Amino acid sequence: MEIFDLSALELGARIQSREIGVAEAARACLDRIAAVDKTVNAFITVTEREAMAQAEAVQRRIDSGELTHPLAGVPMAVKDLISTKGVPTTCASRMLENYVPVFDATVVGKLNAIGAVCLGKTNMDEFAMGSSTESSYFGVTRNPWDETRVPGGSSGGSAAAVAAREVFYALGSDTGGSIRQPASFCGVTGIKPTYGAVSRYGLLAYASSLDQIGPLTVDAADAAAVTRAIMGRDLYDSTSVDVPLPDMPQGDSLTGLRVGIPEDYFGEGLGEDVRARVLEMGRTLEALGAELVPVKMPMLDYAIPAYYVLACAEASSNLSRYDGVKYGFRPEKFEDLHDLYITARSEGFGAEVKRRIMLGAFALSSGYYDAYYNKALRVKALIKRAFDACFEQADVLLTPAAPTTAYKLGAHTDDPIQMYLGDIYTVSVNMAGLPGMVVPCGFDGDGLPVGAQLIGRAFGEQTLFAAAHAYQLHTDAHKRHPHFGKEG
Amino acid sequence: MEITDKLVAYVAELAHLKLGDEQKAQAASDLSRMIGYVDKLAQLDTEGVEPMSHAFPVTNVFREDEVRESMDRGLILKNAPASKEGCFLVPKTVE
Repeated sequence: MEIFDLSALELGARIQSREIGVAEAARACLDRIAAVDKTVNAFITVTEREAMAQAEAVQRRIDSGELTHPLAGVPMAVKDLISTKGVPTTCASRMLENYVPVFDATVVGKLNAIGAVCLGKTNMDEFAMGSSTESSYFGVTRNPWDETRVPGGSSGGSAAAVAAREVFYALGSDTGGSIRQPASFCGVTGIKPTYGAVSRYGLLAYASSLDQIGPLTVDAADAAAVTRAIMGRDLYDSTSVDVPLPDMPQGDSLTGLRVGIPEDYFGEGLGEDVRARVLEMGRTLEALGAELVPVKMPMLDYAIPAYYVLACAEASSNLSRYDGVKYGFRPEKFEDLHDLYITARSEGFGAEVKRRIMLGAFALSSGYYDAYYNKALRVKALIKRAFDACFEQADVLLTPAAPTTAYKLGAHTDDPIQMYLGDIYTVSVNMAGLPGMVVPCGFDGDGLPVGAQLIGRAFGEQTLFAAAHAYQLHTDAHKRHPHFGKEG
Repeated sequence: MEITDKLVAYVAELAHLKLGDEQKAQAASDLSRMIGYVDKLAQLDTEGVEPMSHAFPVTNVFREDEVRESMDRGLILKNAPASKEGCFLVPKTVE
């Protein structure tokens, strides 16, 4: 079996049994990056030297018996808005092109502690604002299944890197679907954990009431293993909470599981192939013992407008820290201190970031605050109530992850609202703080992956992992990955 | 709602952004479309619904005020576009 057909846990087991060396695995991935990333462009920074040094150090700790974690020695990557000490963290923006954090994000520290080998930082939409990874200052990432198409976004680099098997898993972040939609477009598994499950210390903030870090992986068992490794309360993030870790998924029985099918998610605007594959997944879950229950989610149409008001309002506040003084881009010419702030931001931010900061500043401004920001917070409360009602009848909800499969590069770049509408199935999960997981559930007529979303109760990750794992034991969409020319 | 040049200029000022003439026209058009779109929220009756900031009840989190080691100043200043004598350097702010 070729190394790239393994999952992260399968590779980890071979590393523990000394069948594969840590440096050997890292080298195989670095060679693959060298071969395919000119096309895919999943990485902003590849840390080859640091990775090989890390691989040797991890191997020694495995050999001494100190490191026994099932993911020890497995090569991975980190989205470029999660702080890595001594390694540039750019947010895919000119603003932070030369920014080098002096500390590790909590999630990075936790993964270092279990022996992760980080190969680099992945591409994304600038400041995570986008759904296609086309707004990156460092160029677009291409979908490994079809290089004329987008990988989704904003964690498009992380999703593409796993799909292309440049790494065995990657960290992403999800504010309105930024892990789940690219997972769907690239045919990988991904989870946005419950709000508060994972520390955001060291995550460069976009919309703090919605942001959450999570993994993009080969399969559900890997997603469970990485999530367990990064979860937990952190003194440095007061929104993080102490909850029991979800168990690793085992077995394929879903007897007694009530799977809600919200009919509103299967209405107008949903691609036929996507609808068919997701409903097929429902039937597979049913065959494994689950009961399918129709439920209603009437707030769906209001989710996107409420989300954009809230996310942009928080972004306008969060991004006010970028002013060319303490770190980040400083222009060569400016008149005085005030002009320095304004010029640094005007030249350092890209078009989509400015667009969202402007909308956010508007929504928060005196005279419009109640009509927009407060109104959106009320709609958020109604969305939460609608989910609460669904979870009285069901234990988990099954929906599409996105209305379509991966679209062509440039298809939506002139029309921001069309781009925003692609997040319709994912944003409300962030507003309600719930965990949302995406699993590959087949392919469309063009051979592009289709993803299904499972939504759970708050801190119900274990149920999502169990359902997704049972499904994957009986299907193989998650095992397929694109092959590149001579690598094939 | 109508997006006037005055409103665009006001929002740009709040956002600390400088817009050229072409960008002003683009921003007016973008804001007009986006606000037109989010105006959909007005259709939903939210009478009596309290605005919800957090999906879960959150309270202030306090910790003991203990002295801990801070980050190294020299390292932090390496990220500064300009620094002098251990401080961030900015243009003169008072006459």
